[in-house]
Amino acid sequence: EFRRFSLERSKPGKFEEFYGLLQHVHKIPNVDVLVGYTDIHGDLLPINNDDNYHKAVSTANPLLRIFIQRKEDADYSAFGTDTMTRKKNVLSNVLRPDNHKKKPHIVISMPQDFRPVSSIIDVDILPETHRRVRLYKYGTDKPLGFYIRDGSSVRVTPHGLEKVPGIFISRLVPGGLAQSTGLLAVNDEVLEVNGIEVSGKSLDQVTDMMIANSRNLIITVRPANQRNNVVRNSRTSGSSGQSTESSLPSSTPNILGNLLQGEEESDEEDIIIEDSGEPQQIPKAAPTSDSIESLSQIELLHESTQNGFLPSSEMNLNHSAGSISMEYEVPEAGRKSLEEDGTVITL
Amino acid sequence: MRRFLRPGHDPVRERLKRDLFQFNKTVEHGFPHQPSALGYSPFLRLMAIGTRSGAIKLYGAPGVEFMGLHEENNTVMQIHFIPDQCQLVTLLDDNSLHLWNLKQHGGASELREEHRFTLKGPPGSPPSATQVTAVLPHSSREVLYLGTESGNIFVVELPSFRVLEDRTITPEAVLQRVPEDNCNRRSCELVEALREHPKNPNQILIGYSRALIVLWDLQNNQAIHHFLGNQQLENLYWQRDGSKFISCHYDGSYTQWPVSSDNRQSEPLENTVPYGPFPCKAISKIYWQTTKNGLPYIIFQGGMPRASYGDRHSISVIHGSQQTAFDFTSRVIDFFIIFSSDPAAEFDDPSALVVLAEEELVVIDLKSAGWPAVHPPYLASLHCSAITCSHHVSNIPLKLWERIISAGSKQNIHYSSMPWPIDGGTNIAPDPPQRDLLLTGHEDGTVRFWDASGVCLHLLYKLSTVRVFLTDADPNDNMNTLGEDEWPPLRKVGTFDPYSDDPRLGIQKIYLCKYSGYLAVAGTAGQVLVMELNDEDAEHVVDHAEADLLQDQEGYRWKGHEKLKTRDGPVRFEAGFQPFVLVQCQPPAVVTSLALHSEWKLVAFGTSHGFGLFDHQQKRLVFVKCTLHPSDQLALEGPLSRVKSLKKSLRQSFRRIRRSRVSSRKRRGAGGNASEVQEANAKFDQDALQEMELAPVQRKIEARSAEDSFTGFVRTLYFADTFLRDSSRHCPSLWAGTNGGTVYAFSLRVPPAERRMDEPVKAEQAKEIQLMHRAPVVGILVLDGRSTPLPEPLEVAHDLSKSPDMQGSHQLLVVSEEQFKVFTLPKVSSKLKLKLTALEGCRVRKVTVANFGSCKTDDYSENDLAVLTNLGDIQIISLPFLKLQIRYPCIRKEDVSGIASCVFTKYGQGFYLISPSEFERFSLSTKWLVEPRCIVDMPEVTSNNHMHNKSGTENAERKSSPGDCGEDERKSGRLMEHALLNDEKVLKEIQSTLEGGR
Repeated sequence: EFRRFSLERSKPGKFEEFYGLLQHVHKIPNVDVLVGYTDIHGDLLPINNDDNYHKAVSTANPLLRIFIQRKEDADYSAFGTDTMTRKKNVLSNVLRPDNHKKKPHIVISMPQDFRPVSSIIDVDILPETHRRVRLYKYGTDKPLGFYIRDGSSVRVTPHGLEKVPGIFISRLVPGGLAQSTGLLAVNDEVLEVNGIEVSGKSLDQVTDMMIANSRNLIITVRPANQRNNVVRNSRTSGSSGQSTESSLPSSTPNILGNLLQGEEESDEEDIIIEDSGEPQQIPKAAPTSDSIESLSQIELLHESTQNGFLPSSEMNLNHSAGSISMEYEVPEAGRKSLEEDGTVITL
Repeated sequence: MRRFLRPGHDPVRERLKRDLFQFNKTVEHGFPHQPSALGYSPFLRLMAIGTRSGAIKLYGAPGVEFMGLHEENNTVMQIHFIPDQCQLVTLLDDNSLHLWNLKQHGGASELREEHRFTLKGPPGSPPSATQVTAVLPHSSREVLYLGTESGNIFVVELPSFRVLEDRTITPEAVLQRVPEDNCNRRSCELVEALREHPKNPNQILIGYSRALIVLWDLQNNQAIHHFLGNQQLENLYWQRDGSKFISCHYDGSYTQWPVSSDNRQSEPLENTVPYGPFPCKAISKIYWQTTKNGLPYIIFQGGMPRASYGDRHSISVIHGSQQTAFDFTSRVIDFFIIFSSDPAAEFDDPSALVVLAEEELVVIDLKSAGWPAVHPPYLASLHCSAITCSHHVSNIPLKLWERIISAGSKQNIHYSSMPWPIDGGTNIAPDPPQRDLLLTGHEDGTVRFWDASGVCLHLLYKLSTVRVFLTDADPNDNMNTLGEDEWPPLRKVGTFDPYSDDPRLGIQKIYLCKYSGYLAVAGTAGQVLVMELNDEDAEHVVDHAEADLLQDQEGYRWKGHEKLKTRDGPVRFEAGFQPFVLVQCQPPAVVTSLALHSEWKLVAFGTSHGFGLFDHQQKRLVFVKCTLHPSDQLALEGPLSRVKSLKKSLRQSFRRIRRSRVSSRKRRGAGGNASEVQEANAKFDQDALQEMELAPVQRKIEARSAEDSFTGFVRTLYFADTFLRDSSRHCPSLWAGTNGGTVYAFSLRVPPAERRMDEPVKAEQAKEIQLMHRAPVVGILVLDGRSTPLPEPLEVAHDLSKSPDMQGSHQLLVVSEEQFKVFTLPKVSSKLKLKLTALEGCRVRKVTVANFGSCKTDDYSENDLAVLTNLGDIQIISLPFLKLQIRYPCIRKEDVSGIASCVFTKYGQGFYLISPSEFERFSLSTKWLVEPRCIVDMPEVTSNNHMHNKSGTENAERKSSPGDCGEDERKSGRLMEHALLNDEKVLKEIQSTLEGGR
């Protein structure tokens, strides 16, 4: 069912008004819908707030194709399959964070609708042959569900090809987190665990590292099957590359952007039961200025900017009213930002 | 790593770290693993032991010890001291010879390898032509005679190892003077023994394997005498005056031969088979010792009747009508006799028999009636029963020390009072700074108290917990009861007894309070004993309580071992630590943690099911807490119950064998002896190994969950007087950490001293912390307001510690296998943490607070955490800021038992087992270093010494040339490395670093 109508490009108005207009035009005043549009690259992108609404209007050339789906049978995965585009999206989302509160009923592609399960991260700074996968264990009962083994891989060195020992994924448990993401496969070589290279470490050491990080495990693999790699075409690298390069001209390619965030959050939630009362999370004590912890977190903040996450932490700074100190916020920021970029991605 | 490096470059701190920390492996305590050769120098009064891994260790007076390591790591076959020199020659199983020298360097003697040499035959000759079988260092100190498998005797010059080809004694030359009718070329195959004439250095006695013995004149290069036996030759020994010699043989006989100048072929004087007439085992070595009273001592190894006693490891001493066959607990490697070393003395007058058995050193006093054993001051067999745990207590108050020694001396009355006969060298190490005790728990239910203050680990006192229990072992089953008329006159000597009668008796945890003398000991079957030191024998009833750790949980069934049965009625205890309270955990699982508070008179214990607190003053159980997860079935069945039962059955079969050996002296077939069981055992191990190799090595990656097995396993218990509920009032508290990352804190109410017996101790759970990473909690510690760890109980009362700061806020340090975390108290909020596993892939195995003093100034010391990881690294982590200070590789990561056995002292030293019988001692501190430092001086050589008529003036050789200092340091570095590093890779690494440092 098609409708055609016009809007004034210079004064598009608010998204809410636009949404009402759509409902009116389609005569569906009480039906929740998802709104999307096709951008200049032909991707279907959502319209659910003022920003992306404005963005959509501005891209009209001159026609803007709007797609409306009934929310109940909406196909969520239809929206943007490209993380790079998504990041930009996130960025625009958070510029007006108040929106989230105002319209709690608008949930199209809102990350809080999803429990993040896994994600590919740092695509822009890794070689294309590598893949950095984040598995979110917390909040799920699914086992991580994979096994690793010793093996050997061939490296190109100045002296020619050399066989070096390596760690490989040996088995995926059916129904486990690792298998269900589809991002890891048997015989993928494990290169790093939460930013620490595994070369020179024994199988047991790597096992211990993975288990120690199991609540927020980031593993960098060289997939055995190299045909499914994320291909950086000019468009995506252009859109995200700008933000990366502008903030970090001399970035070393293998810094794990998410490492410190990952490290500082999610496993902090030690629980205390006082006098047989209710279990509570253990809060952080006020920081001492000379603690290493704070040093590393300033570092963290810095690194966040490399991946364009600074806006999101700013958001949280606004959020958390004054009394809470830096120590507390930064992990918060980390958590928020990972939620936002976390999506089920299947290749 | 970045997080450590960035803030770490404070130059002041870096300098201080150098003044505080330093890693050294200082000395090996205990008995060398797999000894293979023994040597003795009557001149230096030093004993040398070689091992199968190529180590050579020299021992003299207590504290005098040296260690060397052959780079080849080959078995040391023979050790020979060069007469009247500080030199010795070793023969390895690769047929190489090594010359070692004791040289003085920097005020102390050091053992170094000087030369090495492998005998080379003419091209094309078989390897047997040069396979060395006998070594004779000639008294001239200039040459070495090397008997070979081919029958040739090569002469090599010392110290250059140059072969003097023109002096080789060939079988052909020997046979020239021997009538051909009873000898042929084959008679001269394989030189079995070479002995120099005791009075005439120009004559040597050559014994060939096929029983031809030739007295050879070195000056004229010809045989003076020949002697023809009819049994395969094993060994030879000269009588002191050179008029007779004795030969021993494969058939268990020995023969005396006269040496007279008129008769070129002698007939034996006497041929005896001491344990005949039935076939006997070979006598492999024999001594003939003359005495003033005319009756000689004949001392020989082996010779037992083949069928009935062929499996015994015996050395027989015959002196007139006295005859004893000392029966050793393990194979005899070699032995020697200490006798008058004065060459002018007319008689040997033997004073002691020193026997190196595979598992222990036994010294027999031959001067005292009854030939009692001498208590060795070193080379203790730590493993006489397998070590199951160890506990170190530093700085023992003198009073307690003396009481323990006095209790121990009452146990040692059967030992000879003879002073230690091997007393060469001088110990110049400074006196140990303090009295330290190392307590080892053993599988047989004993606790041994070792003096660990100095270089010699010396047994002070042995405590047995067995008497409290009723075991299968009959206490009256005395192995030594043999009647007067028994033949052979066997007498069991030595303490090595690895077969535990009941594995449940095994000691798992020890805690000694050095101020009060209270000792808590806990074992494999959930038994916890609290003991008190009593200087007198006493007979009393041990109070008995049971702690049901499952409480009201239903439906559980323990499939492990039963609890130990206790003895009813009063039990007699010898002076020393005497138990007065026994708590038995139910189910009777292994006690996994133990804490004793001697001031509050409380003992806490934990197993895989929970933990409990017992008031040993009122003898009342205060509370129990079950930590078991309802779904944890494994913990209930008893850990590794199947493995245990296998071990048990093996153990029982061993015991049967031992019993049968003792009780039945009937002839029996060869079946069912110990070596067969060992073989079966080895085969089983091999099968298990193969099975392991077939399974693909893969590791499951899974987050820990509350449902995992053994989460309730209590890993650590800790008493603290701290602010548990509010910041205004501190109170006694008990902390427990589990395998599942849970920390429980109980506040305790201990009545004041005057009402201590009237009011009950009360406990209430105050906190429960669940670490979300769920890694096992291995250490809990409370830091006071000055961030200093709380003192031990009674430490303040004895004025040995400042009282803790109760003004500032306390902090709680929780060490899990993966992380270190500091929380505030009383309100628990997380303050600091250090992640280990997530960053480095290693886990904490042992952690202790250690005090490090500066080597520069006496007034600075600090407390740090000493941490041993599962990779065998030691890390020092600062308190309270948890910064990594320094890291040292210490134990190979494959050496799981070494890592598991490690124990730290409170002053930055530590011990770990490098073999079942040896502790390596190491030091992390610049200040507390216990290492051997000794001097071996060449004794004055008496001028009328007949042996030195050829070269009596050359004993100035030993002085080290000043030029080789650099090399000295390089070599001494190697000496410190242990012989068990037979891993080629490790050795290469060591070598390359040494070379790099040159």
